[in-house]
Amino acid sequence: MKAARRKQEGRWAWRLTGFVTVCVYIFMFAPIAATVILSFNASMFGGFPMTGFSLQWYGKLMANEAVLAAFRTSLWIALVTAVVTTAIGVTTAFALVRFDFRGKQALSTLVILPALVPETILGVGLLVLIKAVDQPRTMLLLVLGHILLAVPYVVLIAQARMIGIRRVYEEAALSLGASRLSSFREITLPLLIPAVAGGALLAFTISFDNTSASLFWRPAGVETMPTQILSMLKISISPEINALGTVMILVTVGIPLVGGLILQSLTKLRRRGEPKEETQ
Amino acid sequence: MPDSQDTTLDPRPVLAGAAGASAAAEANSPAVEFRDIDIAYGKFVAVRDFSLSIAKGSFVTLLGPSGCGKTTILRSIAGLVDISGGQIMIGGRRVDDIPIYKRNIGLVFQSYALFPHKNVFDNVAFGLKYRNVPKPEIARKVGRALEMVRLPGSEKKLPSQLSGGQQQRIALARAIVFEPQVLLLDEPLSALDANMREEMRVEIKKIQKETGITAIFVTHDQEEALSMSDRIVVMNAGAMEQIGTPEEVYETPATAFVADFLGKANMLAGTVHGSDRKTAVVVLASGQTINAACPRPLAGGSKVTVVVRPQKLSVGAAASANRLSGRVVSASYLGGSAIYEIDIGGKANLRANAPIAGRVLREGETVDLGFDPEGCVLLDERGQRIS
Repeated sequence: MKAARRKQEGRWAWRLTGFVTVCVYIFMFAPIAATVILSFNASMFGGFPMTGFSLQWYGKLMANEAVLAAFRTSLWIALVTAVVTTAIGVTTAFALVRFDFRGKQALSTLVILPALVPETILGVGLLVLIKAVDQPRTMLLLVLGHILLAVPYVVLIAQARMIGIRRVYEEAALSLGASRLSSFREITLPLLIPAVAGGALLAFTISFDNTSASLFWRPAGVETMPTQILSMLKISISPEINALGTVMILVTVGIPLVGGLILQSLTKLRRRGEPKEETQ
Repeated sequence: MPDSQDTTLDPRPVLAGAAGASAAAEANSPAVEFRDIDIAYGKFVAVRDFSLSIAKGSFVTLLGPSGCGKTTILRSIAGLVDISGGQIMIGGRRVDDIPIYKRNIGLVFQSYALFPHKNVFDNVAFGLKYRNVPKPEIARKVGRALEMVRLPGSEKKLPSQLSGGQQQRIALARAIVFEPQVLLLDEPLSALDANMREEMRVEIKKIQKETGITAIFVTHDQEEALSMSDRIVVMNAGAMEQIGTPEEVYETPATAFVADFLGKANMLAGTVHGSDRKTAVVVLASGQTINAACPRPLAGGSKVTVVVRPQKLSVGAAASANRLSGRVVSASYLGGSAIYEIDIGGKANLRANAPIAGRVLREGETVDLGFDPEGCVLLDERGQRIS
């Protein structure tokens, strides 16, 4: 009797949990779904109801010079950011994990700090600094800003991976005759690849997505994708924006997703059967 | 790997420069020599005033509990730990300023440390590659090393496809394939399960004999140490307690620590009643009087500890000399012999490991036990063997 009642209660608890979960997912993904669906709407207005299926807004997008320019700008800024940030982040993480030096704790905290400070503050701060030393806002500033924003995340990812790479691998390589540089190149770096790739993808996404800081930093007349969307929104909610939004979603979600899947399949084989280290 | 055709690989190409003149000196010098080394981590002194000379081709074990400094000493030979005082010589050459990758040592880790992203061939060939050995030669040497560890044909496998024991064998092959001057083994058996451990014990010893390589082995397991070593260095708290052959350290422990750490010897406190040049008469704290072999006369009234191995205690009718009597507290039957805990009225019970004569004694039984005066060792008040 008692057991049956408990079972009954358990079933209700599960149903409630399931219901809440579904609600949360709807709440999270409905706006995205709306954007994607409406981008194929034939109507002149960027909202429901749907009047028919059409690819015209994508066509218009392709013909819009301003949008294409913004896309190209965002793309190469994101690429440069990804490359530079990954190089900085991975070497920083290596130093933080493998070496002991004075002020290590302080550096470790400082490098994460930009991720904790509100972006708007960072945006204004860098701008004020540039004004103070009497420099113009250039593309270089914009790229540097994006690097500043992305470095903490790459450091965190690389650090986590680096801690997982046991020091004995490097010690083994050294004992076999590889110099420190060779052992880093041949042992540590290949084992770090998931973090390197993951960091690069994340840095790319952070840069490609960034809106608020870019608004402060971009040189006059330069638009990135997000700022372009923002300025288009000021005029009207054109269905073109839905199409643009869908493209953005595709880039920022698709790239990391595909990259992650490739990496996972690459690293799966070698992770099995690593021994547990016993303390003597 | 002795091989008459093998001429290309000089074991110390990376150490060249000082060669030639010192070559003759090197031939006679010990494989590894420590001269008064100290190793400190900040304020913590891990190793203090350690001196040791290890003969070429020998198998030496550093044995001690965790934290005794044995691994630190091993790592200092490799150059993974900096010494703060003294000198380390490998083959007669000071290595203080030589970085690890130029020391020409083979290192085997507790956790195997095979490169997970390289296959077995690339793992074993790693050391040869950095010694500029030509490719066909590398293939030949790797093949032979894999045969030696009884895993031929495993070249293409990834470490993750091998069992723990196989991985450790590959690690061993990787460490010996380039014929290093010294092979360092850091608890290589501790991560393996029990039956694999015994097999590897025999295998490592066999390979060491075949190659004639000097091996330094670190372990906290006394059985490993006793069964594999030419010489055992017993360590405690950063210092050497005793060095000797397995028989020496087991039969004649130099200190109370060695007696206790190797085989849990019985330690009986007592006072010297009288002695001549060969034997001492000792009154035990539990009241009995016994005779113990003693190399020199001792002053009456001095405090001593009588150390008796469980195997040296005879139980029942076999007890002749130094007859004590006690009560069996516990008995565990082991087939060929039995281990008894016997209360003789002292602070601690005696442990006896005796062959079974007739029947196994039961708990609560009164029993005679004894030991030969030559079957024990006397320690003085400071826990040092009286010699």
